Amino acid sequence: MTITDLPISSLINKLRNKEITAREVIENYAKNIYEKEENIKAFISLDIEKALKRAEELDKMDEKKGLLFGVPVAIKDNMNVKNCETTAGSKILKRYISPYNATVVKKLKEENAIIIGKTNMDEFAMGSSNENSSFFPTHNPVNYDYVPGGSSGGSAAAVKGEEALAALGSDTGGSVREPAAFCGIVGLKPTYGLVSRYGLIAFSSSLDQIGPLTKNVKDSAIMLNAIAGFDPHDETSVNIKKEDYTELLGKEIKGKKIGIIKEVMEFNIQEEIKEELNKTISTLVKLGATIMEISIAHLKYALPAYYIVAPSEASSNLSRFDGVRYGLTLQGENLTSTYELTRTEGFGEEVKRRILIGTFALSAGYYDAYYLKASKVRKMLANEFEKAFETVDTLLLPTTATTAFKLGEKKSPLEMYMSDIFTIPVNLAGLPAISVPHGSDKNGLPIGIQLIGSWFKEKELLQIAYAVEPG
Amino acid sequence: MNEYKPTIGLEIHIQLDTKTKLFCGCSSQFGEKPNTHICPVCLGLPGALPVLNEKAVEYGIKLGLTLNMKINKESTFYRKNYFYPDLPKGYQITQYTIPIASEGFLEIKTEKGKRKISIQRGHIEEDSGKSIHTGDITESTYSYIDFNRSGVPLMEIVTYPDIETAEEAYHFLVLLRKTVRYLGVSSGDMEKGALRCDVNVSLSKSNTMGTKVEIKNLNSFRSIRKALEYEIKRQTEMLKNGEKTIHETRHFDEKTGATKPMRTKEELNDYRYFPEPDLPPLLLNETFIEDIKNSLPELPVQKEERFIRQYSLSDAYAYEIASSIELADYFESIAKATGKPKEVANFLMGSIMKFLNETEKTISEIDFDEKKFIEFLSLLEKGIISKGIAKEVIVESLKTGKSPKKIVEDKGLIQITDENKIEEIVQQVLKENPEAVSRYLAGKTQVLGFLAGQVMKKTKGKANPQIANKLLTEALNKIKQ
Repeated sequence: MTITDLPISSLINKLRNKEITAREVIENYAKNIYEKEENIKAFISLDIEKALKRAEELDKMDEKKGLLFGVPVAIKDNMNVKNCETTAGSKILKRYISPYNATVVKKLKEENAIIIGKTNMDEFAMGSSNENSSFFPTHNPVNYDYVPGGSSGGSAAAVKGEEALAALGSDTGGSVREPAAFCGIVGLKPTYGLVSRYGLIAFSSSLDQIGPLTKNVKDSAIMLNAIAGFDPHDETSVNIKKEDYTELLGKEIKGKKIGIIKEVMEFNIQEEIKEELNKTISTLVKLGATIMEISIAHLKYALPAYYIVAPSEASSNLSRFDGVRYGLTLQGENLTSTYELTRTEGFGEEVKRRILIGTFALSAGYYDAYYLKASKVRKMLANEFEKAFETVDTLLLPTTATTAFKLGEKKSPLEMYMSDIFTIPVNLAGLPAISVPHGSDKNGLPIGIQLIGSWFKEKELLQIAYAVEPG
Repeated sequence: MNEYKPTIGLEIHIQLDTKTKLFCGCSSQFGEKPNTHICPVCLGLPGALPVLNEKAVEYGIKLGLTLNMKINKESTFYRKNYFYPDLPKGYQITQYTIPIASEGFLEIKTEKGKRKISIQRGHIEEDSGKSIHTGDITESTYSYIDFNRSGVPLMEIVTYPDIETAEEAYHFLVLLRKTVRYLGVSSGDMEKGALRCDVNVSLSKSNTMGTKVEIKNLNSFRSIRKALEYEIKRQTEMLKNGEKTIHETRHFDEKTGATKPMRTKEELNDYRYFPEPDLPPLLLNETFIEDIKNSLPELPVQKEERFIRQYSLSDAYAYEIASSIELADYFESIAKATGKPKEVANFLMGSIMKFLNETEKTISEIDFDEKKFIEFLSLLEKGIISKGIAKEVIVESLKTGKSPKKIVEDKGLIQITDENKIEEIVQQVLKENPEAVSRYLAGKTQVLGFLAGQVMKKTKGKANPQIANKLLTEALNKIKQ
């Protein structure tokens, strides 16, 4: 067993017992990066020198404190890291150096994690394959011909490729869970408001949530322990009691009620994924859980509602990239042409498409028919989930309807949007959900099983996830 | 008489005088070096989020309650989207469907009597940065932006189109400014941009409203009055000639006193308002509102009326003194300490105001405290100084900070009450003015005033006027006999 095979808790134990040094840890990960990064292309920026320097500082400490002491982490490039380039995968922010740390970054540093680099992503988190990155696509470490998923594809690939032990991603409609499923790792999307969004470059503010991508469920819980909590800089973060998310891991799940969503099964799902879902059900039954069928009647409206809400908010959130204060500037002969030149050059096709959709949906005369209606669908969905959680503890469904696809395979935007049909409802309702790897298809591509918990029930959600996680 | 009736509505932006900005911890101080009070939030850097300033909410509620408005226990923030270099996020966070305060009024007094001006709403929003152009905006090659102002809290007050004359608009604004200063929620200084006003005006013969014209670039209350007068005249003439006014925004030119077209309303932006997802609805509990209600100070009009009642001040003095809280507080503390409100008011409105106007100082900047005022009034009461000398003593004390007693001593200003001394001077005056004396004797008794003046002149104002008068009359009557 090499150092890069170790999960978080084992690695920290070895560091505390001085069996290994933090410098050795970084050296081992750096070796993987030198070998594989050329093919995977998970990172937009890497600073191994800085990571080594930090590792040496940690090695000098007498007290090996911190939940993530010496853990090499990768950060999705839409989170601000002070004095580092922060691009959100967009040309419009190329060479933009952030003057401040996102709250999650600050927390990781406080727990003595070592930031190794910033990962590639679909531009402004808009995409499901990482092909919308302004710079280059990332490849799936399982098979380089395939996409790693998106938009946190770089983070998922970095963890799968063992270029980092854990990573942060952001999930607006499935952007943590879908790449986790495609790459065969664990991806957690916490309840909206559990993790601060301060310093996360906004895509859709009412849907965005930061979550960890890890080798296994326990690492996910440890990462959540580090990043969760109320932040006075984010008014949408919720002030609740701090919890230990590892507390229930391994505790028996006898008597738990697991719901299967009737409407999910009506979609066209890849056969091997259905098989893995059934295997999961068998495991749960064996462990003493009860399986129940429940209904989320408006599930099929989630995707259209999402593609109103998310672009609407995005059209407003992305207005600040105007070439006036930072980022790319193309000087025109007047103000309007400066805006036009800068934004035409700086934004990619998918981003422009969503800005146009959102601008249209918010326009006077259309607002009621689109934005307001979509908001109502959201409310209805949330109500239906709330009702479901009166009966069940957790919902079980696939993370995606298919396994990873090849780079360049999906042509139309609509085809791409369908990748997120099972993950989007969760964001619309603000619920926590986790994707756990479970087997693979005939091409050896990983399959992800999704569990959805009730609001702020991450502890219980992780407990079930731990129980179904293959040994 | 104008057969066309003007209908005027006002939109007033009031900067709330909180220490920090509406959504971040930066100082909201005016007049600092450009771009020194900035942070990721008020610069709209990627990833930054707003956090609502509770003090601004408190100030907004204070103003809302004072304007007799309903405070909405749940209000929401919206984004108003438009591109402009001084708007760093590309949207302004404001309130839209439900503002913090709605439906109120302010009662104003004009020559025609009292009138209630209805107010539609009051909402909290953030200010933009400030664009600074080199020279004229149309010719400027560069614009500079100062983001110190970006995110400063504003309360926008929107009246109903309830105002009928330029005069009423003026009185409304004067009272509103006085009110915000009383509450301590804003400096209300127009020249610092702490109070900004847009005006809507339309004219109509019937009860249906005419075509609305908006006037911008109004930098003083005087400009607002002038612009309205101009606009009412312009529109009246157009309508009388059978022409139609158009829905437009006009720019007021301070130099010519005229308004000129700026842009027609058709070109206006669609602001694509939608609920601000970064801020939850603003929920206010009853106790929070009640506590603010209970902390409201006495307002200008109430104070004015009380001064008339309690201290028997004239209407004019009560109005003037109550127009500023500092002045009113000064008056009241001295009036109480001396027990002579009328005398205090007289000197305050006379010599002290004159001094303040000449030196461009405010009442809080001068050093003429209770102790000095008591001392001063006692000098006067005891007849140590005359009323004429009193003014001189006050001014000297204001200028030098010396106590009235010390001034009187140093300058030898003590009143002459010694009848023998005054008699001596009276005799001198009579001798020097035989002509006046004979005119007096011929029955022109008003000459007495002139002769008394001569006595005062010779004593440098120090002679007790009553004694001087008495002795003069006696002396003249003696000659007559």
